[in-house]
Amino acid sequence: MSRAQIMTGAICLAAVVALAFVPMIVDAYHLALAISLLQFTVLATAWGMFSGPTRYVSLATTAFFGVGAYTVAVLGEQLPWSLVLFIAAVIGAIMAVIVGLSTLRLSGVHFVIFTFGLAELVRQIVVWYEVNKTRVLGRYVFVDITQNDIYWQLLALAVIVFGTGWLIARSRFGFALQIIGEDETVARHCGINVTIAKVALFTISATFMTLVGAVMAPRFTYIEPSIAFNATISFEVVIMALLGGAHRLWGPALGAIPLTLLFDFLSARFPSTSTLIMGVVFLLIVYALPSGVVGLWEKLKAWRPSASKMRGAQA
Amino acid sequence: MVSAVKRLAAGLLAVAGAAAVGWGGAAEAQTSVKIGYAISRTGPAAGGAAVTTIPNYELWVKEVNAAGGLKLGDKRVPIEVVQYDDRSSAEEAAKALERLITQDKVDFILPPWGTGLNLAVGPILNKAGYPHIASTAVTDRAPELAKRWPNSFWLLGTSADAAKTLVELLTKLRTEGKIGDTVAMASIADGFGIDLSGAARPALTAAKFKLAYDKTYPVGTQDLSPIINEVKALNPDVFIAFSYPPDTIAITEQSRISGFNPKVFYTGVGTAFPLFKQKFGANAEGVMGIGGWSGDSPVIKDYLARHKASAANGAEPDRWASAVTYAGLQMLQQAIERVGKVDRAAVIKDLQTGTFDTVIGKVKLENNMPTKYWWVGQWQDGEFYGIGPSGNEGARAPVVPKPAWKAQ
Repeated sequence: MSRAQIMTGAICLAAVVALAFVPMIVDAYHLALAISLLQFTVLATAWGMFSGPTRYVSLATTAFFGVGAYTVAVLGEQLPWSLVLFIAAVIGAIMAVIVGLSTLRLSGVHFVIFTFGLAELVRQIVVWYEVNKTRVLGRYVFVDITQNDIYWQLLALAVIVFGTGWLIARSRFGFALQIIGEDETVARHCGINVTIAKVALFTISATFMTLVGAVMAPRFTYIEPSIAFNATISFEVVIMALLGGAHRLWGPALGAIPLTLLFDFLSARFPSTSTLIMGVVFLLIVYALPSGVVGLWEKLKAWRPSASKMRGAQA
Repeated sequence: MVSAVKRLAAGLLAVAGAAAVGWGGAAEAQTSVKIGYAISRTGPAAGGAAVTTIPNYELWVKEVNAAGGLKLGDKRVPIEVVQYDDRSSAEEAAKALERLITQDKVDFILPPWGTGLNLAVGPILNKAGYPHIASTAVTDRAPELAKRWPNSFWLLGTSADAAKTLVELLTKLRTEGKIGDTVAMASIADGFGIDLSGAARPALTAAKFKLAYDKTYPVGTQDLSPIINEVKALNPDVFIAFSYPPDTIAITEQSRISGFNPKVFYTGVGTAFPLFKQKFGANAEGVMGIGGWSGDSPVIKDYLARHKASAANGAEPDRWASAVTYAGLQMLQQAIERVGKVDRAAVIKDLQTGTFDTVIGKVKLENNMPTKYWWVGQWQDGEFYGIGPSGNEGARAPVVPKPAWKAQ
């Protein structure tokens, strides 16, 4: 490992430790904001993990998020918390494998529409089951999980999602994904099993989304399909990842953090027009930053190579 | 990497900010009472909030401030409002309330609209010790929630109670020989429809009614004519639809078109809305629905007039949760004024034990819930009167059989 890498690792570790103390020092509102930031950071990073290399735009985030939340609503009061989280992850992973195998042959806009429909499909299945079998709609989540616990669990998830992304990028699997992203036909000719690679990646990404839903569920107290399967989450995650730039591991977080802060600022300052302003912001992002903050950063770097070289020479 | 540093910086900034705010607020004298609320101005809950909640909040604040403000001890202190849009999202509502409590440091908080959002903010208000007067939440777990969160007050009751009252009314009508015992029931596959049909089903069976039809339909169903046609062929004495506003309108319209006119015609949420009267005019006559109020009471008539004068476009209140919402505000005001200062624990205590003079009559809570509700109402001569429970003060006698649909 180079010195720079060790330095980077040490700074990351220090940052995580520092972040772990946030709940001790901030008030309830800033803790809520920190929870939102972490939630969207993990969701957007997990989204970018799959959509970055494969270039599939998935609107299924809320399907997995909702499944996680519902698992907690059903099992939360009966089983120990860690087991509930584990079961949620397994359910999310199984669902992702089934969905992945049946849909990753679709391409482009067909995939987008399918994933959008998936969230609605899962939601309708839950509704059908609750209406006809359990005859209750709307479940209560009364578990002993505090806001601090939610924050720490999300922080742990964030560490794991970045760690996983980092490991994937350095593995044979990551190299295969890079080739698939460049050209799927070439990848096939190189002997890469494209379907398995894509399904595996989709499953990893979806498992993280499911876990975020499960961790967030105790915050809602009351869960019904319209709350758990809220399509807005899917769109917010896409726009955050696109703003940041989905082709780098840390790109989506660069979109998630400013946008979460912006949404919060807008709803505090312009309570009646915040949704309108958000729409305009979305349009601006798509037109002005087609490859995200990361793309802009890379473009700037490429644009002034001589300047940085000169600085290097002076030093 | 950059993100971690950024987050650390944001965290540190947040700490610094919080500390600064904490220093500044300490020495201020009480020149206003800050009242905060987060309400759904956008999203799926916006329609309900716009009819039932927002006009009442605005009316109440306007009236209190016109009188000089809330009476604290021997002086009057005006209300200052801080409000946010919760975008109909539980997460957003939770965050907005935490902002109201820790950033804006409001003295009291008014509840959001709807069952889900009231449940979502319950733990936050409980933890921070704010009174939580939930006036638009119907949940069977209300008694349990009131125990869990002693600061919460559930003014709209339980769906089991709603179904029980309806079945009692039907049983009475059958004893009087006004209806037979065939019932058809359709319900929306969403919280309200499932809870109510779940409570009504055993109650109807226990009362020996014959349930000829019992089906649900999904949220957002546009064409309800298949249901109406199927039910019409069964020729029931009683038709019950536990429906939401859009389907309440659609079911009534479809029944009128196909001439389905059972002796008792009951629809769900929305029947009590002023919109229902505007849409159906004389054809509203005899339609029963959830809610109702004492339409002959002078206090209610006065409230109706003030609401119309205050609301945008002279909108009328709905005949169910609107008056209850306004009554909840009156209770909060009376509790604050009796305590005489911003002492939330004392205000909660007063709400639990005191007696209140409101537009829905004298209210004294037991276990944080009222003892009287209007559960069944009926449109009679252009007003939606409460008819059940029949023991309530001001209850009108039901008009059965329902008059025939008129040609429009």
